[in-house]
Amino acid sequence: MLLRGLRIALFLLPLSLEAGEPQVFEFRLDNGLKILVQEDHRAPVVVSQVWYKVGASYEYEGITGISHMLEHMMFKGTQKHPPGEFSRIIAANGGRENAFTGQDYTAYFQMLEKSRLPVSFELEADRMRSLRLAEVEFAKEHQVVLEERRLRTDDQPRAKMQEHFDSVAYSNSPYKNPVIGWPEDVAGLTLEDLKTWYGLWYAPNNATLIVVGDVKPLDVLKEAKKAFGPLKPSRLPKLKSQAEVTQLGLRRLTIKVPAKLPHLVMGYKTPSLKTAADEKEAYALEVAAGILDGGNSARLSSRLVRGQQLAAAAGAGFDLSARLANLFTLEGTPVEGKTVDVLEAAFKEEIRHLQDERVTEEELQRVKAQVLASHVFQLDSTFYQAMQLGTFETVGLGWQKVGEYVNKVNAVTAEEVQAVARKYLVDEGLTIAHLDPQPLPEGAPQTDDAPLGGGHVR
Amino acid sequence: MSANLYLADSRLGLIALLLMFFSGTALAVPEIEHWTTSKGGRVYYVKTEGLPLVDVRMVFDAGSARDGRLFGLASLTSGMLDSGAGDWDADTIAQRLERVGAVLGTGASRDSAYLSLRSLSHPDKLKEALETLKEVVTHPTFEVKDFDRERNRVLLAIKQQGEDPSEIAEISFMNTLYGDHPYAHPSEGVRETVEKLTPDDLKAFHREKYTVRNSITVVVGNIDRLAAEALANDLLSGLPEGEVLPVLADPIERHEALTVRTPYPSEQTHIYAGVLGYRVNDPDTFPLYLGNHILGGSGLVSKIMEEVREKRGLAYSAYSYFLPMRVPGPFEIGLQTKNASAQEALDIAVRTVREFIEKGPSDQALEAAKKNIIGGFVLRLDSNQKLISEVAAIAFFQRPLDYLNTFTQKVQAVTREDIKRAFKARVNPDQLKTILVGASGEKPTH
Repeated sequence: MLLRGLRIALFLLPLSLEAGEPQVFEFRLDNGLKILVQEDHRAPVVVSQVWYKVGASYEYEGITGISHMLEHMMFKGTQKHPPGEFSRIIAANGGRENAFTGQDYTAYFQMLEKSRLPVSFELEADRMRSLRLAEVEFAKEHQVVLEERRLRTDDQPRAKMQEHFDSVAYSNSPYKNPVIGWPEDVAGLTLEDLKTWYGLWYAPNNATLIVVGDVKPLDVLKEAKKAFGPLKPSRLPKLKSQAEVTQLGLRRLTIKVPAKLPHLVMGYKTPSLKTAADEKEAYALEVAAGILDGGNSARLSSRLVRGQQLAAAAGAGFDLSARLANLFTLEGTPVEGKTVDVLEAAFKEEIRHLQDERVTEEELQRVKAQVLASHVFQLDSTFYQAMQLGTFETVGLGWQKVGEYVNKVNAVTAEEVQAVARKYLVDEGLTIAHLDPQPLPEGAPQTDDAPLGGGHVR
Repeated sequence: MSANLYLADSRLGLIALLLMFFSGTALAVPEIEHWTTSKGGRVYYVKTEGLPLVDVRMVFDAGSARDGRLFGLASLTSGMLDSGAGDWDADTIAQRLERVGAVLGTGASRDSAYLSLRSLSHPDKLKEALETLKEVVTHPTFEVKDFDRERNRVLLAIKQQGEDPSEIAEISFMNTLYGDHPYAHPSEGVRETVEKLTPDDLKAFHREKYTVRNSITVVVGNIDRLAAEALANDLLSGLPEGEVLPVLADPIERHEALTVRTPYPSEQTHIYAGVLGYRVNDPDTFPLYLGNHILGGSGLVSKIMEEVREKRGLAYSAYSYFLPMRVPGPFEIGLQTKNASAQEALDIAVRTVREFIEKGPSDQALEAAKKNIIGGFVLRLDSNQKLISEVAAIAFFQRPLDYLNTFTQKVQAVTREDIKRAFKARVNPDQLKTILVGASGEKPTH
């Protein structure tokens, strides 16, 4: 066994389900790479993900979007593999692959038939330390990312609204910047910027390798050690706190963009599980979100979409697994003939209900039954399981919290939900945005009679 | 063909070695059991173990291709099923499902309408979830107050399409390609027809289309055969036997090329171009599928992506696909690019398609595509969720029961010549219907 020089820890998650909870095996290589393995033998497949502790919330002003830009460049070749070869090798091995960047992480993944796992390891280890950042590839990919921004944000009224909302809701938290970056910042990124960013964050001691599938943990460890073991760790920058200042009163903004429908977004400053002084508060906020928007029987659907018929769509959300304090949000679209002001008042009325009255036992049981069931449903997806482990680990919560989730939610009481509603869902920490749709010029389609691609003189 | 396709570089010893053992993978294809109930309902069942959950999907030949002139009828009928059934209102239905953690979904595409239920397999929970599903599919009430509300929501959703250049382009593409055929209009309908719908229209549509003979039922999960039989019999027991609906007419291809430009104040121009493709069970299914995989169906490594994005940085997303349907579905090329690049990107994509049809794929490209599809086949079946989608497609389109078992052999058997011949016969680039929506919607001047 190749266990010498490795610290091995093995944890068992509590057995609370008839299916049996999946076991997670944790290893750490000498160079600091953390490895998490979860067995799932239902199909001969494996998902492999490499998570880096870097994302938009690690960026500072002027270089927003650099983590995402670098994610794109990670497919553009290393000293060993020319541009695009990573994708071609994975494809030739029957694999699917991609990557994603969030506020708190940058992650790369492959899904493969199980015997191909070493292919993924070899390629990921290679690009972890030996990326070749070349001007000619950067020039093209820079344009691709600008197109991505136009597609996902600039031409999407609600995405644009969200971007402006975040920039007002947060004062100094890096969550105020969009993951894809501000247009001017993205346009201004240079190859030198990317080289610096890559050098700062891409190292085994800043990464977690997650493997879920039809594998044996010790075999995974052996292969991982072969591929990643030789990589040198680096000295990581000490991350500044950047904790958001206390908000001192209601903030409002209006977003005027060409659109067909108005829209409302409201967000209350809340702690996340990571930042909460008492983690019970975070679980109680999670339940509060479920009371408002945990399905078709939840309050927003039942009361505002059906009962009062104010909203065509309405939702509430809370992100438990954020690295920094974030927002409890409500958003919705009023029905034809109702205004966003009316919907806003209705949302506030729902918040007041949460503060004034305890949620009923029936509602609480419904949320808990859904949490338990959706936990089982999620086990159907190896990818999702790896995602959860990766997120919790990378934001600094530790993967063990994934296994605690069902029990912690089960322990939440009606009093606790009321208490967090009174403490956090208050005007002092509230930001409200209205999308005020501006007229879209009605252009009539015109049909060319010229052959495709042919010039047409008017 | 050598196994180490991309590995001229000998430093990649490990990967070359793995590729050489490529063909040795045993495929774990689940066994699909199929039977017909005494009343004529077709049932498909796969037992899976390891997780305490059951998925049920009922599919009806009740998609928007059956709308007649009332565009949006199928979609609103499907959308209203869980808004009231028997003695239960929408709140009661939702509470019954959600208190046992079950999730019910409904929807309608052009070819079909479905109800999907995901539940824990715990007997009490599953029982309550199934009772609810049965009532929803059998006795929907379509009450006026629910109808008005849901129709207004659909009208708003249709209005919202007008702020999305991609939706505008897609609707325009299908309209242009299909003309008077029932695939031409969007499933959710258009304002003028949705405004005219009445609860009686929905009731009649439900009575005629949601019938036993017009249904398939798929059961996947931790449940044994006898229980699956009982489940299916019970679910179908309240539905009328009904009639199998007549087959749809084939769409008529317009032979001339057409370009439709719609001005829209967006940063990017959204471009779709295509022709009629093929129907499910077409004898050329595999050559066309494999050919498109190489041309525009395999993400970053496909030819269109290579030319438009990787070589020139002109788009974030660029692709092509065939959507096989009951009668020929579309072959479609899609991309979005900044307005100034619209014509250039379109020209490059079309040139790539032309060259592909002219020359066919290279041996290398074909071999790479086969490795990707065959080597990744297990990924199509690695969860109950994916499995039920595959089985539902087999069932609805009446593919052979051994479709999954023979899939990789059929992929393996495809030759360059097959692809070249099939593409030449099906995709004529001189007949493309091209849609551009964006601020470059002006005709080019020279």
